[in-house]
Amino acid sequence: MSSMTRTAHKDGLELAVIQERLSGKDGQDYWRSLNELADTEEFQEYVHREFPEGASELSDGLGRRKFIQLMGASLAFAGLTACTRQPKELIVPYVRAPELMVPGKPLYFASAISQGGFARGVLVESHMGRPTKIEGNPSHPSNPREGAKFGPTDIFTQATILDLYDPDRTQVPIWNAKPSTWTRFRGSLATEMAKLDLDQGAGLRLLTETVTSPTLAAQIQDLLKKYPKAMWHQYEPNGRDNVRAGAQMAFGEVVETQYDFGKAKRVLSLDSDFTAVGSASVRYAGQFAEGRRIEDGQKNEMNRLYVVESVPSNTGAVADHRLPLKGSQIDGVARAIAQALGINAGGGNTYGHDVWVNALVKDLKAHQGESLVIVGDHQSPSVHALAHAINHTLGNVGKTVKHTAAVEASPVDHQASLNGLVSDMSAGTVSLLVMVGGNPVYNTPSDIDFKNALKKVPTTIHLGQALNETSQLCNWHLPESHALEAWSDARAFDGTVSIVQPLIEPLYSAQSAHEVLAMMLGDGRQGYAIVKEYWQAQRGGATFDNDWQTWLHDGLIPNTALAAKSVRLKGNYGSPVSSLDGLEVAFRLDPTIGDGRYANNGWLQELPKPNTRLTWDNAALLSPATAEKLGVKDDDVIDVAVNGHSVALPVWRMPGLPADTVTVHLGYGRTVAGRVGNGVGVNAYALQTSNALWQAQEASVSKTGQTYKLACTQDHWYMEGRGLVRTGTLEDYTHHPHMIHEMGHVPGEDANFFNGIHTSEEGHAWGMTIDLNACNGCNACTVACQSENNIPVVGKEQVLNGREMHWIRIDRYFKGSLENPELYNQPVPCMQCENAPCEVVCPVGATTHSAEGLNDMAYNRCVGTRYCSNNCPYKVRRFNFLHYSDDHTESLKLGRNPNVTVRGRGVMEKCTYCTQRISAARITAKVGGQELKDGDITTACQGVCPTNAITFGDINDPNSNVSKLKKQNRNYGLITELNTRPRTTYLARLTNPNSEIAQHG
Amino acid sequence: MTMAENSIYGLMAEYDNPDDLLHAAQGAYAAGYRKMDAYSPMPIHDLSESLGYDKHRVPFFVLLGGLLGACAGFGLQYWVSVIEYPLNIGGRPFLSWPMFIPVTFELGILFAAFGAMLSMFILNGLPQHYHPVFNVEAFESASSDGFFLCIEAEDPQFELSETRGFLEGLHATKVVEVES
Amino acid sequence: MASPAPIQEDPTAPAPVLGPGQTYTTITQKISSIITSRTTVGWIVAVALALGLMQCFLLGVTWLLIKGVGIWGLNIPVGWGWAIINFVWWIGIGHAGTLISAILLLMRQDWRNSINRFAEAMTIFAVICAMQFPLFHTGRPWVAAYWLLPYPNSMGVWPQFRSPLIWDVFAVSTYFTVSLLFWYLGLIPDFATLRDKAKKKISRMIYGVLAVGWRGSAKHWHNYEMASLLLAGISTPLVLSVHSIVSFDFSVGLVPGWHATIFPPYFVAGAVFAGFAMVLTLGLPIRAIYGLHDFITDRHLNNMSKVMLATGLVVAYGYGMEQFFAWYSASPYEGYMMQNRMHGPYQFEYWSLILCNVIVPQFLWIKSVRLNPYALFVVSMFINVGMWLERFMIVVTSLHRDYMPSSWDMYHSTLGDWLLYAGTIGIFLLGMFLFIRVMPVINMVEIRLLVPRKGHGKKPDHDASTEVSAE
Repeated sequence: MSSMTRTAHKDGLELAVIQERLSGKDGQDYWRSLNELADTEEFQEYVHREFPEGASELSDGLGRRKFIQLMGASLAFAGLTACTRQPKELIVPYVRAPELMVPGKPLYFASAISQGGFARGVLVESHMGRPTKIEGNPSHPSNPREGAKFGPTDIFTQATILDLYDPDRTQVPIWNAKPSTWTRFRGSLATEMAKLDLDQGAGLRLLTETVTSPTLAAQIQDLLKKYPKAMWHQYEPNGRDNVRAGAQMAFGEVVETQYDFGKAKRVLSLDSDFTAVGSASVRYAGQFAEGRRIEDGQKNEMNRLYVVESVPSNTGAVADHRLPLKGSQIDGVARAIAQALGINAGGGNTYGHDVWVNALVKDLKAHQGESLVIVGDHQSPSVHALAHAINHTLGNVGKTVKHTAAVEASPVDHQASLNGLVSDMSAGTVSLLVMVGGNPVYNTPSDIDFKNALKKVPTTIHLGQALNETSQLCNWHLPESHALEAWSDARAFDGTVSIVQPLIEPLYSAQSAHEVLAMMLGDGRQGYAIVKEYWQAQRGGATFDNDWQTWLHDGLIPNTALAAKSVRLKGNYGSPVSSLDGLEVAFRLDPTIGDGRYANNGWLQELPKPNTRLTWDNAALLSPATAEKLGVKDDDVIDVAVNGHSVALPVWRMPGLPADTVTVHLGYGRTVAGRVGNGVGVNAYALQTSNALWQAQEASVSKTGQTYKLACTQDHWYMEGRGLVRTGTLEDYTHHPHMIHEMGHVPGEDANFFNGIHTSEEGHAWGMTIDLNACNGCNACTVACQSENNIPVVGKEQVLNGREMHWIRIDRYFKGSLENPELYNQPVPCMQCENAPCEVVCPVGATTHSAEGLNDMAYNRCVGTRYCSNNCPYKVRRFNFLHYSDDHTESLKLGRNPNVTVRGRGVMEKCTYCTQRISAARITAKVGGQELKDGDITTACQGVCPTNAITFGDINDPNSNVSKLKKQNRNYGLITELNTRPRTTYLARLTNPNSEIAQHG
Repeated sequence: MTMAENSIYGLMAEYDNPDDLLHAAQGAYAAGYRKMDAYSPMPIHDLSESLGYDKHRVPFFVLLGGLLGACAGFGLQYWVSVIEYPLNIGGRPFLSWPMFIPVTFELGILFAAFGAMLSMFILNGLPQHYHPVFNVEAFESASSDGFFLCIEAEDPQFELSETRGFLEGLHATKVVEVES
Repeated sequence: MASPAPIQEDPTAPAPVLGPGQTYTTITQKISSIITSRTTVGWIVAVALALGLMQCFLLGVTWLLIKGVGIWGLNIPVGWGWAIINFVWWIGIGHAGTLISAILLLMRQDWRNSINRFAEAMTIFAVICAMQFPLFHTGRPWVAAYWLLPYPNSMGVWPQFRSPLIWDVFAVSTYFTVSLLFWYLGLIPDFATLRDKAKKKISRMIYGVLAVGWRGSAKHWHNYEMASLLLAGISTPLVLSVHSIVSFDFSVGLVPGWHATIFPPYFVAGAVFAGFAMVLTLGLPIRAIYGLHDFITDRHLNNMSKVMLATGLVVAYGYGMEQFFAWYSASPYEGYMMQNRMHGPYQFEYWSLILCNVIVPQFLWIKSVRLNPYALFVVSMFINVGMWLERFMIVVTSLHRDYMPSSWDMYHSTLGDWLLYAGTIGIFLLGMFLFIRVMPVINMVEIRLLVPRKGHGKKPDHDASTEVSAE
């Protein structure tokens, strides 16, 4: 080997050499030698040299061409990844054993994906050992669904599949910006640890993000035991500090609070977006939607939601009463409500909304024990404390509200923890800093200078999936294995533990956090051993091996949820916040790219953000009135200044935003994210300071005179009086059940000039209903569709041109005043019209009607006249104006759904009701010799919908759910007056307003 | 019949305006000449009739072409959409006859046009690369300002000197022999 | 050569369609001289410019074939843009030629004789330009050609005959073929003239081949006249059908602003309107440059202006009807569409259209304007622009805001759009310049028919025979 190495070293390692070196080897041997090879330095250097530098702008043709060459060059490497095999250790498939693996037939494995440390149970679809899609695990508490094949899930969980195949992932350990090997790392780590042994690890600091993994926690404890003077810090910029502090203030101890929206008839949200944000948002959204479900004759009452919020949210969009207030005023309102309920909370202030607040309080009192108050993570601790008090006073605790011990392994205040670390680093008392994930150089408030502190630390090690602002400054950057590549475990919002099992060998030479900690502890165990042995120790016993299998199979360890915990109020609610006049900045994590960790994820970048429908950028959101007052309009760049910091942001007007509030989303302006995320948007952390993390008063704004084009997928605010989203109040509906039908016209049979062909007569007839009463516009369906159907990401320029490709989009409309409009969200897939206008005008018959009533597209027949799209009243057709699908990035190929064609340039595409899934189900039924049953087919959008808003099935089967729903009086079609006879219909949205609140809102 | 007569195609008389030509043609026909033809730079009304050439055959071919085209057009669409590969297009019946009218019509027109063009060529014996009348020097003005009447030697009544005299009688400006 | 009898002036008679003193000889010399005379510098410069413009086409198409239609301003909802606009614009321009040569022939309008040849040439080249757009607007002409034509194939797949685009394929190709046949038929005798007039052997050969041995015999004329009469007869419904079918591309669709029964007549009128404008735009300079005042006389200008005025009024009526239907249909979509045209983001285009197509043509009520070449040229330019704007209004303004407000978007033209448009103008001009140089701009045969005959001066030739037989 070594001689080889030397010869190769002379003239750099070329592909030929690699191949020559591999020649004559085969099978396992081949793999091993290629792995060895991959571990030699020249190779690392070679791959490193070629690979990430090829990473240039997606849209830039030249860059891409270069990239192809480079991919070609590092083909040997692609060889490593392209053909994958099952891991050595036994992992248990969800439905079938791997030996039953059939090409084209996916297997599903239960696992867990963590966000902010909290696990979501998932089922991962795997084709021939390649994970291709992430669904929810229906039996997992964070996203349950009774009797369904798939459970719901959210956009981030689904999008992590794209992170797995992100070509910008780090592939080899990097030492001072040069490629290195794990062997070398182990060496240098050993010497470091040896030094630490001398002074009990006084210089050792471990920085992690939120940790709920019992195994990891145990490893960290071992480490701290071994090095008593070492310290463990945690930092994650997700605002949970307030939650912890709030509990601390209210009960004198940190507790986890869980809610049961299923039991809550009255819900008050104080700036909380519980349907879309948080460790249990999917569960909560589902429960809440259940509480609003109306079935003619069966169920005709629904819950009522009051929202007081400083930023229009998904939750605000489904509220019965929405009160937009500046963030700083919510404290006052909370206190006023508490006062009214007899809690001694100090001076309250309703800011002139007495009617509203009084009606609310009256309503809450009337529903003691079946109401619920929830507060947004970023609201101040005292508001959290007040909410706890209110819930206690209303007797909700034990019914709709439950307290448990903290789920986190160590519920510390992250901000304080980070401050402590930074001061130690600056003081020079830190000799070795090990960071497991995280990006504190980027995602910390502007007054914390982590970057310079980092320089004072002699040895810094960062474990992460891709190079970021922090790891780039560290001595060692270690490639971390993706959640789908490694063994681990994690707790869900309620403490339930899931075992994280790998579906694929690490694509690159990556290790997990467990394995790195093991190295630090000097034991060479691999992830599987670490996790399994930990649980053996915890729940060892005769049946352990069976239990273990069951846990893997089910995706969770039973009875690990934390027990309810009784707490006593301390009666301390902090001091009232005085809300000053003038501008105020509200900081939020970005709704699609989070705190910035998803910046390099094309799906999430291009996903239109709730309510604003913006893509690829963050903006300074202003209410139209405020914008007018400041004399700015959309796309004007303004300087937002607060606490002596300022950033320049483009303006975007957002109806329903409280006056004098500038909403700024964090997570953009990454500089070391990758080819997708680099230099996208503006870094708003630069405006944030640790004393005013989520609300900053006394802000000022000044025009810069420049403009910046923001890519929005829906510029138009109103419905122009068209009956697209039909709404009514529950009361009116119960009195006039046909009010919804009366809002539109459906032509009769006689409207047909011809006696045409009716697909809906015999056989299956596929149809769909979308319940607008349930939908909160969370976008999960859009991502699911993108993942299932290989939908390309087109980039900002194309979105600006109005060429986004999403097959199912969320339409957003405003109704009423700009200060406090009603917000409507409407998912729009293809309507699969029975009299499809698109088909008639296609000159080549590329789009035709199937016997089961699907509006099919024959991609290779399509010549691209775009006539069908012009003639589609719903504008659900999407066209490949350029060659959008990325044929060149090897790693992305792995993640595609092999059952869906990848479309080329000049071809029209559209929603197919996931026709591949229909065929699959049909085949399975045939093979099993049965008829297709209702529920055998789940479309991608339907499966992931947290609120069960989408129902799909056979409308010829009178007992199918979809048929039943279509019989509802709320059922209506879009623009039916054109006699298109859509198969996709909507269930009208009903609100349940409080009659005492005169003017809606 | 003399040798001289065999070597010539006929006698050509030149006239300097349409009316004289027409007059001469009628005269010649009245005198019993049949194998003759008149040449002019533009159509002259009644000229061909006065030479006894009055049948109109072109219209028949146009009608034929039109009918053929229309049938072909509708037949193609019917066969394709109903027999060969019926597809459900937007719930319309396979035989959506109103939507088949445009193509039927256009093909009818196309074939009719071909009928007109081809029949004109065939009936006029065009294209023709050689014709004796071109041997006459002056004849090149037949396409700009000359008017000619040519009685062919094959005509049973043709007799060189007589016919020449006859033609000169019908105020021809000049009479020449046309070599065959 | 007997010179014809002098024309006695008759104050009541309309201005003559043929200048005084023209004989068979002078006509032939004058018209064929345009071809036989030496090539002028001006002509070479003009051709060079046209060639230059044509390069834009090559550039635009190359770019298009490499990248795809994404280089144009298209998006969802505006799936059709300049390609279709230009297609309809060119086709429309083509129509005047057929109208003049066919319909006016049937109507025995002898004044058409001097302009029909050149109008037909215009038709041919306009249709050639028009055909470029359906061919390229998919960005993948190879598949377009491959799938759109009906031919037996192993997959047993055929075109979808319910689509107006397929009707287009048949209509436009038929229209082109028939126009070409008709044009050539008319040219045969003139080729014969050129054959006999030609000095060089090579040109004699070429014209000889083109003249297919025509010798102007009575029998030839006999069948020839019948053939051209019948061709004229079938071209008339053809030309009407072609633009009706083009209008079906829109009226069969359900987009507000497209779905209107008025479209066929409104489109046909618009086509004639645009066509005559283009005839004047090209005819006036040619007449001045080659001194054809005796053939394209004031009477021609006057008549063409009247046709433009009439068709212009029909088009204006069309706009009025769209307004009326928007209100009368009581459909919120139609109503909004009309509001959007007048007050929406594209209102500038709409009002300029009204100016060009409705207001400016009203000047044609004034005789002095009708007879003033300069004024006419300006008016016709306005109409050319106006008719382009009309198609812009129909295609883009209707599409960009249709049924779903959520999908509304704007269309912004790009360099790619301009290149192709400018390019086809280049192709058109090049064609016209070459035509002027190698073919008789005016149909000599038909002009000869205008030469007064012995005894019956002004009368056209058609009823001459009666006089003759009366003798």
